[in-house]
Amino acid sequence: MSDRIFGGIGLVLALIYAWQAAIIQESFLTDTVGPKMFPFIIAAMMGLSSIYFLLKPDPEPHWPHAGRLAEIGLAALVLAAYAELLPVAGFLISTAIAATYLTWRLGSKIIESLIIGVGTSVGIYVIFRLVLGLSLARGPFGF
Amino acid sequence: MELLSSLADGFVVALTWQNIGLALLGCFLGTIMGALPGLGPSNGVAILIPLAFTLGLGATPSLILLTSVYYGAMYGGRISSILLNIPGDEPAMMTCLDGYPMAQQGRAGEALALSGVASFVGAFFATWGLVFLAPQLVKVALLFGPAEYFALFALAFATLGGISSTNQAKSAFAAALGLGLAMIGVDTQTGVPRFTFGEVHLYDGIDFLVAIVGLFALSEVFIFLEHRGTDRDISDKPKMEIGKIIPSWALIRSCTPTMLRTTGLGFIAGVLPGAGASLGSFISYSMEKRLVDRKGTFGKGDPRGVAAPEAGNNAAAGGALVPMLALGVPGSGTTAVLLAVLLALNITPGPLLFSQNPDVVWGLIAALFIGNIMLLAMNIPMVGLFTRVLLVPPRILMPIVAMVSFVGIYGISGSSFDLLVMVGFGIMGWVLRKLDVPLVPVILGTLLGNEMEVNFRRAVNISNGDYMTLVGSPLAITLWAIAIAGFVLPILVGGLIRSRMRMPKDEEGAVTD
Repeated sequence: MSDRIFGGIGLVLALIYAWQAAIIQESFLTDTVGPKMFPFIIAAMMGLSSIYFLLKPDPEPHWPHAGRLAEIGLAALVLAAYAELLPVAGFLISTAIAATYLTWRLGSKIIESLIIGVGTSVGIYVIFRLVLGLSLARGPFGF
Repeated sequence: MELLSSLADGFVVALTWQNIGLALLGCFLGTIMGALPGLGPSNGVAILIPLAFTLGLGATPSLILLTSVYYGAMYGGRISSILLNIPGDEPAMMTCLDGYPMAQQGRAGEALALSGVASFVGAFFATWGLVFLAPQLVKVALLFGPAEYFALFALAFATLGGISSTNQAKSAFAAALGLGLAMIGVDTQTGVPRFTFGEVHLYDGIDFLVAIVGLFALSEVFIFLEHRGTDRDISDKPKMEIGKIIPSWALIRSCTPTMLRTTGLGFIAGVLPGAGASLGSFISYSMEKRLVDRKGTFGKGDPRGVAAPEAGNNAAAGGALVPMLALGVPGSGTTAVLLAVLLALNITPGPLLFSQNPDVVWGLIAALFIGNIMLLAMNIPMVGLFTRVLLVPPRILMPIVAMVSFVGIYGISGSSFDLLVMVGFGIMGWVLRKLDVPLVPVILGTLLGNEMEVNFRRAVNISNGDYMTLVGSPLAITLWAIAIAGFVLPILVGGLIRSRMRMPKDEEGAVTD
């Protein structure tokens, strides 16, 4: 079933891709092939392989339970929030939060993960900012 | 002779304090990354690329650092195979078969030392193979025109799924996905934006480094989140006693023919498109088993069963550099990632690399020789140090991996948008791995997409719009024929090899070597 859904999504993706390729504004100075041809070939390849998944799906993969799925989704959200928070709160604070969360969710106790999270953040800061001189995100406090 | 003088020049380039230091650092980090399950050569190198850039390293130093990591990871993978019966990375899976039984018999130290020597033999001779074979391949590649290049790229994609590929349609889908992503941005030839949806951030296209780090490194974090607390969790495996680390001469001598044979085999497997180190170690082990296993000791702790896959996978790692450097077309995951380094440094890999940047090529090759000796030194007397690294549990390691990935990407672009795209790629990588869609073609597609299209359009333009020019020369036809054979063959004979390789393999389509 998963493969069928995947094939369906792939087919829609291929169609959207082909449509987007078709509406590319060509400039007046163009080569004989033009900017559309290669994307069309890609869309065709994607579409054909998707049709194959629809017709001959592989055996079902082992999907995790809903809880674990939510876990992964939540982790992705935390990481996305981290990306947004970086320029606002600075490297040290946001990294400490994100690392604490991940460590906790990967099975450390909460106090322990707080220590590990802060340690990770400070450790990376020391190695990459102070030793190697990389520019990390600066927050309002300059770190 | 000319080769040897080029090589000598290479040593002049490589033997600066900075480059030696980087090689040492790379070897050390690589061994650790190889040893830690969950971090392999491709994601290890992927995490370090952005860092190498933000540190402002030049082309040769970055390549030296990253290929040392690559070689190091090939050495390191065996450590956890032998001690924990969990391959540290995919090429090391065959080493479990005899390495772990040896460890159970209290001969872990011997197994580690022997496999270290075997790794050295494999990598050393493969690097010589690289010295001699790559320039020959360059001579052939200089005959290539745009049509041949287009065919060569098609060949790379067709064979990338490899002989052990489960489902060629999925490889094709992955390649299309990668190529499709590469099309995003302003068209290099006519200057019109494509697939940008009016988003300014997308005008220069998606940075392939963002895609690589997301797909390889972050997806691994998600995999660990998924498997926390299950039997795939290694944090509570018992530790092995190591025992004596120095192998006896008799042992090494008895394994020498095995090492030499498998080095040759592994090297060939590495050079061939679509094979890579995993297959190199697999066929090395199977051949040796068939050839010398008269008493049925393979699989029960036979030292030759440890030496064979290790020599094989290290030789294949060296062999895989041949097409990457000479043709600009990588045949395996990690060499694809190394190609990204070259592209990001604005160095065009391929035949011209040897004439335009000989210092880069030969410096790199010299550094491989130096790194190899360092690795031998690190992996025999100091192996105890690395076994201690295995005690770091994934719950601490994986957040560090994630955070360092963010640091690297942020360092390049300084934009949150790229980080968000990277998280998106992480999730996509996880889903694709669940569905058993290989990630390497996606990466290769994003890397080579534009170059492939340029060659396609150039070939057709030169012949005034005649598409038949794509199969217009004997060379192009040969390449297409190999491509088609490489795509169809796994469908016909793949099942056999697959079922044998399946047993020690992960359930997820792992990130391959």
